[in-house]
Amino acid sequence: MPTRWFGEPVRRNEDPRFLTGKGNFVDDINPPGAVHAAVLRSSLAHARITRIDVEAARQLDGVLAVWTWEDLGDLWRPSPMVVPHDALTHPKTQYPLAKDKVNYVGEAVALVVATDRYVAEDACDLIEVEYEPLPAITDTEAAVAEGAPLVHEDVPNNVAATLTQQVGDVERAFDEADHVFSERLLIERSAGQPMETRAIAAQWDELERVLTVWDTTQAPLSIRNGLAVLLGLPENAVRVVAPDVGGGFGTKIMMFYPEEVLVPLAAMRLRRPVKWAEDRREHLIASNHERGQVHEASIAVRADGTILGIKDVFLHDTGAYTPYGIVVPIVTSTQLPGPYRLPNYYSESRTVYTNKVPVTPYRGAGRPHGCFVMERLVDLAARELGMDRAEIRFKNFIQPDQFPWDVGLTFQDGAPTRYDSGNYPEGLRIALEHIGYDNFPQKQAELREQGRYLGLGMASYVEGTGIGPYEGAHVRVDGTAQKVIVATCVGTQGQGHQTSFAQIVADELGVRPDQVVITTGDSRSMNWGSGTYASRSAVVTGNAVGAASRTVREKTAQLAAELFEASPADIEFEDERVFVRGSPEFGLPLWDIAVVANPIRYAYGTQAAQAIKLLKNREGPPLPEGTDPGLEARKYFSPAQATFASGNHAAILEVDPQTGIVTILKYVAVHDCGRVINPMIVEGQVHGGVAQGIGGSFYERLVYDQDGQPLSTTFMDYLIPTAMEVPEIECYHVETPSPLNPLGIKGAGEAGVIPVPALMAQALDDALSPWGVRVTEMPLNPGQIRELVRERG
Amino acid sequence: MTGVIDTVRDIALTVNGEQREGRVPVRLLLSDFLRGHLGLTGTHLGCEHGVCGCCTVLMDGEPIRSCLLFAVQADGHALTTVEGLAPDEGPLHPLQEAFREEHALQCGFCTPGFLITLVSFLQRNPDPSDEQIREALSGNLCRCTGYQNIVRAVKRAVSH
Repeated sequence: MPTRWFGEPVRRNEDPRFLTGKGNFVDDINPPGAVHAAVLRSSLAHARITRIDVEAARQLDGVLAVWTWEDLGDLWRPSPMVVPHDALTHPKTQYPLAKDKVNYVGEAVALVVATDRYVAEDACDLIEVEYEPLPAITDTEAAVAEGAPLVHEDVPNNVAATLTQQVGDVERAFDEADHVFSERLLIERSAGQPMETRAIAAQWDELERVLTVWDTTQAPLSIRNGLAVLLGLPENAVRVVAPDVGGGFGTKIMMFYPEEVLVPLAAMRLRRPVKWAEDRREHLIASNHERGQVHEASIAVRADGTILGIKDVFLHDTGAYTPYGIVVPIVTSTQLPGPYRLPNYYSESRTVYTNKVPVTPYRGAGRPHGCFVMERLVDLAARELGMDRAEIRFKNFIQPDQFPWDVGLTFQDGAPTRYDSGNYPEGLRIALEHIGYDNFPQKQAELREQGRYLGLGMASYVEGTGIGPYEGAHVRVDGTAQKVIVATCVGTQGQGHQTSFAQIVADELGVRPDQVVITTGDSRSMNWGSGTYASRSAVVTGNAVGAASRTVREKTAQLAAELFEASPADIEFEDERVFVRGSPEFGLPLWDIAVVANPIRYAYGTQAAQAIKLLKNREGPPLPEGTDPGLEARKYFSPAQATFASGNHAAILEVDPQTGIVTILKYVAVHDCGRVINPMIVEGQVHGGVAQGIGGSFYERLVYDQDGQPLSTTFMDYLIPTAMEVPEIECYHVETPSPLNPLGIKGAGEAGVIPVPALMAQALDDALSPWGVRVTEMPLNPGQIRELVRERG
Repeated sequence: MTGVIDTVRDIALTVNGEQREGRVPVRLLLSDFLRGHLGLTGTHLGCEHGVCGCCTVLMDGEPIRSCLLFAVQADGHALTTVEGLAPDEGPLHPLQEAFREEHALQCGFCTPGFLITLVSFLQRNPDPSDEQIREALSGNLCRCTGYQNIVRAVKRAVSH
């Protein structure tokens, strides 16, 4: 058994139930008497609603309710603007059900509640909605052009926000540069697509007078807080539980999706538990998307390849509403500089409404976009200057001795974008070594003679992680169960929180991780917190767990010191035992101390009977002044700023210029997330992120026609990479601890996805260099790749 | 207006070795029968159009998409779901053990579909190459793991 659990690839506590089909996903929860909801959605992208007739639907056998906006009373109001920003001058959030107008295909128009989902869907078919079509605007650039149809009548030019950030004097840098290179870069819409679609179940308990909502959300506390306000209930009368959640990737964090209001309301009004689950088609049509941006970017360099400045003007497609403010364009613009010294930078973005599904963060949340733009510009400069693409990167990297490095921008948390630690050159060096950069040109040349086109790509990024506001953890030693019980209210969607956090506790208290029971995502067990997003749980919750465990350890040591007449500094914790260093016979199981720590009249369990005998006659109160009963603590961690992780990836691919089909032959990911709690879990996160990045490079694209009709409505149109498309990913680590938190950790959740489109673009350029191809758009399907070759003759 | 025509049928089938019965609407999907009527919620629904593989169960030993069959089509057949791979409170199936050892699952939603697909595949192909494993798995989507550890788990299970 290791002396320390932190850093070990501990097998996960959560696996047994998932492996045996005993996971508890929202749609697995079936409160007795539950009825089922279905949502009628707009079939037009932009239209006035002139008539809704629900009578036929209401008459259908088995239908309990059919609601339109009129039935919602006070609750018919726009969702709160959860992430306001000064630059967001024309925010728009959605109503739970549309009234006069719909602004995207999929917008919720009516709610049906029936005895089962089949009947509810039958009823939806019977609802008559009369639409008066309006011109739809789907192209981001066309949306800001003069005379474009307006998504919202009171938002001129469809611009929700204009955000400018700058560092230094970019005009001067461009004047003084030896060269300026420009490029137009495009990233198309795609989406998280967790394997579990969204689901909600709600139940009003008349006896307890509590509303319980099971929701696939990544932020149960935020939903709880919002619902309490919305429904006029005290916070402790609303319990929101995110049980097992089948993947999130950002898609499941929102405040509110309409169903998150409608389903709880239905449960309260109908006094029946109500369930709702979407299928994939509904998810592809109506759950949030991301990634669509158009950039006009330029880089100013000296002849020797030194980067002097960058200008980036971009349009961000936010869809029909701005439910998450302008987080994605903010992250894009602040993370674009990446690992490079960038003394002069100008970023201007306009967030643009279109008649499509709203956009909220998806794994990366703007970092993939920023990385794509930066890396393409660096590659462009390298090519035009005739410089080696690795050399130009090494030349411009922030060096290991230059930290903390202030980028000069404001990050999404309102704090400075100040890199705390990192070693970018080492990361790239390791990536290039393992991808075989030095001998690749020769191999490439040989294979070209055989008519095979291989290319190598690399990309580097920096990722701000672990932002506030804060998270909390509650740790308690349960002496009778002989477990340490921990609660935190971030949600879990596969990240292994029930194991990685357990490792932190295990180290402090001398137990095994499988003796630590972690509850996440239940607002009843932990009242304070924010949610799982932005690669923050390990950093923020992890450190809260660490602080709470340390406090429990201190309390335990204090009590043990009294029992054994020693000093607290001499108390050791090992193998579930708490004892005096050097004299282990003066010790007790941790569990017994927990019992002793609670001086109650009636003690339970065999431990209690033994332990009570240890209590000496004492003077004064059984619970001394200033102490709490038990071995328990609740602590919070609130970071002042993000901590910056980084990575360097490289890959070799083969492309067939005739068919446009790409095969990835080798993939290397070098990752730095500071101190690693569980390397197996971190690598798993990288693998999954890279797979999504591959999807975003070659397979995944959400297509709308010019009338705003979504065309990617099933997995036959929207292609998720399978085991045939994702290669083996070789992971290596660099570890630059974070000086900003006691555990020294940085976030890892989004990392894998960030550099992939950038490096694939470079690899394609490299493979197709005989044609002088230059990739400026992602994703690219085989047809588009063939076109790139063809248009070059 | 009364309900749409909704004929019901009685069905009898074996699920995980046990005789089960039901009176079901003819349009009820097999996946909904398993999850709802029988309470076997280990079989999951990821797409309901037959692509993702989360709903995979064995019918008479062959992997099928339970979201693409009606419950009435399972009348008289023998089904195995993920709950049938290892006895309650008993040891895990070697494949399940291997998945745990190799961190071949993260959120766990796709996992039952993979296990069922693999149990069938390995019976027919007990010593597969990496290529064959990946191809056998190409009908099961995973959004969390990137598949790498799943392939490792299969190889581990095969070698033990």
